[in-house]
Formats: sequence, C-alpha cells, structure tokens
Amino acid sequence: MSITGKDVEYVAGLARLALKDDEVDTYTAQLQRILSYVEKLSELNTEGVIPTAYSVSTSTPMREDIRAVSLERDEALKNAPSTARGCFKVPRIIE
Amino acid sequence: MSYETVIGLEIHVQLATETKLFCGCSTEFGAEPNTQVCPVCLGMPGVLPVLNRRAVEFALRTATALDCTINTRSVFSRKNYFYPDLPKGYQISQFTEPVAEHGHLDIETSEGTKRIGITRIHMEEDAGKLLHGEGAEEDSYSFADLNRACVPLIEIVSEPDIRSAEEAVAYMKAMRDIVVYTGVCDGNMEHGSFRCDANVSIRPVGREKFGTRAELKNINSFKFVKDAIEYEEQRQADLLDEGGTVVQETRLFDSAKGITVSMRSKEEAHDYRYFDEPDLLPLVVPGAMLEEVKATMPELPRAKRDRFVSEYSIPEYDAGVLTATRALADYYEAVVKETKEPKASSNWVMGEVLRVLKEENRDITDCPLEPKRLAELVTMVKGGKINSNMAKEVFEEIYKSGKTAAEVVEAKGMTQISDEGELVSQIDSIIAANPDEAERFRGGEVKLQGFFVGQIMKATRGQANPQIVNKLLKERLKG
Repeated sequence: MSITGKDVEYVAGLARLALKDDEVDTYTAQLQRILSYVEKLSELNTEGVIPTAYSVSTSTPMREDIRAVSLERDEALKNAPSTARGCFKVPRIIE
Repeated sequence: MSYETVIGLEIHVQLATETKLFCGCSTEFGAEPNTQVCPVCLGMPGVLPVLNRRAVEFALRTATALDCTINTRSVFSRKNYFYPDLPKGYQISQFTEPVAEHGHLDIETSEGTKRIGITRIHMEEDAGKLLHGEGAEEDSYSFADLNRACVPLIEIVSEPDIRSAEEAVAYMKAMRDIVVYTGVCDGNMEHGSFRCDANVSIRPVGREKFGTRAELKNINSFKFVKDAIEYEEQRQADLLDEGGTVVQETRLFDSAKGITVSMRSKEEAHDYRYFDEPDLLPLVVPGAMLEEVKATMPELPRAKRDRFVSEYSIPEYDAGVLTATRALADYYEAVVKETKEPKASSNWVMGEVLRVLKEENRDITDCPLEPKRLAELVTMVKGGKINSNMAKEVFEEIYKSGKTAAEVVEAKGMTQISDEGELVSQIDSIIAANPDEAERFRGGEVKLQGFFVGQIMKATRGQANPQIVNKLLKERLKG
C-alpha cells in the first residue's frame, strides 16, 4: 500500500491536526515506512485462520447493575481548562 | 408526478438500568450537571470499561420480543468523532457484529396488519448533553453536562419497509409499547428515553430503485415524526418536480416552525473509522442468560390485546384501551378476577377510573382505589344492590377515602329499594298525587313515564330500583 500526501492531509484533518507542507512530507515518508513494515505480515499464509482483533480467547466479563460512588463535581471538573454552571465550558457548538 | 415515500427508522431506546453501560454511575434523570460521572465515563486515561449485565439482558429481551436472531457472540467497536459531548473522542457501539439481527414487528395500518423488518439491534453508549449559552456573556459558549455520557442505549434499525408518516408513527408506537411492556425502557419521550432518526426518500410510483435519502435527526415525539416526514416528503417532491435533485444529508427537524433544516456542519461525509474496541473483549452471551430471558418474557401488547378479546369477550376497542400499558391491563384483570364481569368491569375501568386519574394527572400505578374495592362496587351494581347513579357517588367516595363500597352504602343509607311491596305503595301515592298526569299517560302520552320515575326517585332519595319501578309503573298506570 502506498501513502500519498493527500492521505496524510485527510487523516490529519480527521484528527484536527494542522500540518505544514514540510510536515506532510515527513509524515508521508514515516507512515509509508511503518505500513511497509506491517505489510510483511501479509507474506504469512493465514489460510484457515479466523480473523480476530483479540489475542485472548475469552469473552468480556460483566458486572452487576449496582451503583458505585461517582466523583464529586469539583473533582470531576478539576482538570477542565474552563468551567461554568457546573459544566465543562467549551466554544459554542451551533446546530 | 406522484411519488412513493420510503422510510427506515433508527430508534434509540434508553435502557432502564440503575447504572451506566460501562461504569457504576447512576443513570437517574434530572440530577445536577456532572454529578453522575467518574473517570470511566469522563474518558480519563488508563481506565477500562466493564459491561453492565442488565443492559445485555435488556438488549436480549428486546431482541426476543422482536423475533430477532440473537448473535451469541457480538463485538463492540469504536466510532470515532470529535464533539464536546463525547469525552473519549469515540463512542463505544457495535458495528459489524451487533447483538441481534433479522427481526420484525407487526403494526396496524388503515389497510390492515403490516410487517416491518428489523435489520439489527446494537448496543451503544449515549453521549452527554450540551447546553447553549444565552445572553451577551455566554453567547459564544456551550456547556457540557456528562451525566448522560455512557448511559446504555440500544439502537433498533428498521428495514426501509415503511411507506408513510402514519406507518412510521404506528411503528414507533408499537415499538414503544414493546420496550415499555418488557420493562427495558421507561418510554419517556420528553426525557429522550425513546427517540428516533428517520431516513426518508421518495421515488416515482412504480420505480423500484430507492431515491436519495435525507436523515432526519433526533425526533422525540409521535407528532414530530409525522410532521417531519410529511414536510420532508413535500420538500423532496417539490425539488424533483422542479428538476432538482435530493442531496444525501442530515437534517434537523425544527418543531417550532414545522420544517426540516440542513445541518451544514455535518455536510461532509463522516469517516468514523470504526474499529474493534480493544478495551472490551467480544460479548459472548451465556446460554443460561439467554434461557432465563426467554423464560421470563412477559406477554406482549398484541398478544395481550388478542387474549382480552377472546378470553373476556370484550370489544377490540376496550381491549386496546385496557392494554395500553401493562399496569392498566394488570389492574383490569385484577378487577375481572373478582367480579367475573368483563364488560361491566371494562366500563368502570375505562370510564370512571381513567377519567378521575386523568383529572388528577395520575398514573394507574398510583391509583388510590385498589382493584379489589372497585370490584366490590361493580358486583354491587350488577347484583342490583345499588343503581348506577348511586354507584357513581359511591365510586367518588371509595376513590377518595379508602373505605369499601359496602361501608359507604351503609353509612349513607343508600341501599337500593327492590322490594316490590314497598315500591307499589310509593308508586300509588305518587299516582294519586298527580291525577292529571296519570290521566294523560293513560290517554297515550307515554313519555310521562319519565316524569313518574323522576317523582318516585325523588321520594325515595334515588334508592328505588329503576328497573322494578319501570315495570311496576306500567302495571299500576294501566288503571
């Protein structure tokens, strides 16, 4: 798979990153190297192997529907750059 | 040109769990902002989600009610996007392998029963809520309350089988009945516990290929569903008639203006970059859990309505009203069990009980008159102990006071006079006191019967048995 500068700009856009032109070039080359390395895996014969994203064969554990203690509001908002009205204050979102 | 509308609905159902989908924070509605949050639902680094068992049970229950195929193995995925109500930067949802697929729901339409296919049901977490600032100082800000973040939802996606706004409303109502009956959702649309997105497109009548669809977002009332779809049908038809084309886009229904508006901010196609959630292993439904769910399925609204008609021989209309909620149906059945009088009981429950509850803005679950005390009253009327006018008075009394019907009747000296001997002497003295009317009656003015009944009721303070009075009057007046 070959990576172009356009791919890098697209992914950067999704991640809300503003890249300068020379950075696009840098990351295009870097991503290309990473993908080529990972592509080595396709040389393996995986016939008959069920695809999975998980390396362990167990299933997810479940918890009972019982309340636990939540954070105090002050604690919850402590790391926020800006707060008001007991909320996280953010630039206006218009819909 | 004449068009056919094609609609698919995505219904979001908030599951009635105590706690969130992946953490132990409360899901209770209406708490102060950001008081039901913890490191997991705030998306702090290093935390791990743990799946709520009851949410899985509720998803399975819904899937069973909708005759879905249940995938005993399903997978959670990350849906990536940026929005201030989504603290992690992704929503945990299900994508390629949802918990259930291929179900259906039968709805009632003007042309009879119609089957709507269910494509899939998947589990996901809700996002938080954004409040928007008002006034000069707050105008350029929004405020994120994350209490709702991570609250468990199921999304029920229908096939594009719906052909009109009416069908869409019927489908939504039937779906709401089911999730409320099965106890998986409180059904509160105002609080957003039950809401939908509608995919609407039109095509020239007779054409098979679907038109381009618009997605109408976040509709939370039956009326809005109808209004939004009808507006959208017209908008798309006008566009096509003018030679234009429909753009695939997300539109928001403005309920105040009754129109749909393009959400420009979301015009560019989303790339959610779904991938399997690395923090959660696949969900494998234990066999015992599935068996338990199937064994404890309650009777569903349609089945209950049909049974009421066949078992109690009450009209379909009555059955429909009485099965509107599970609590009301249970109330009615408790009354019938005592009275063995299905239709009379139905009249009382649909009439007086629902009337007074509505007046007081109360729910049947909160009705101060227990089925047993109402049943006693119904039985007294049926047995002729009191007449229906008295019964209404007694009803008010027992509803308010907690007394039994017998106690009220006794205290008020209301027992109906059915003794013919006693009534004959009353009737004779009334006839004697009104010789003119008696003469005119004998002369053929039969409507005077009412006058005599009235006089006798007055004389007996309403306690005379009207059937017997009527019968005796005819005999005595024949002269």
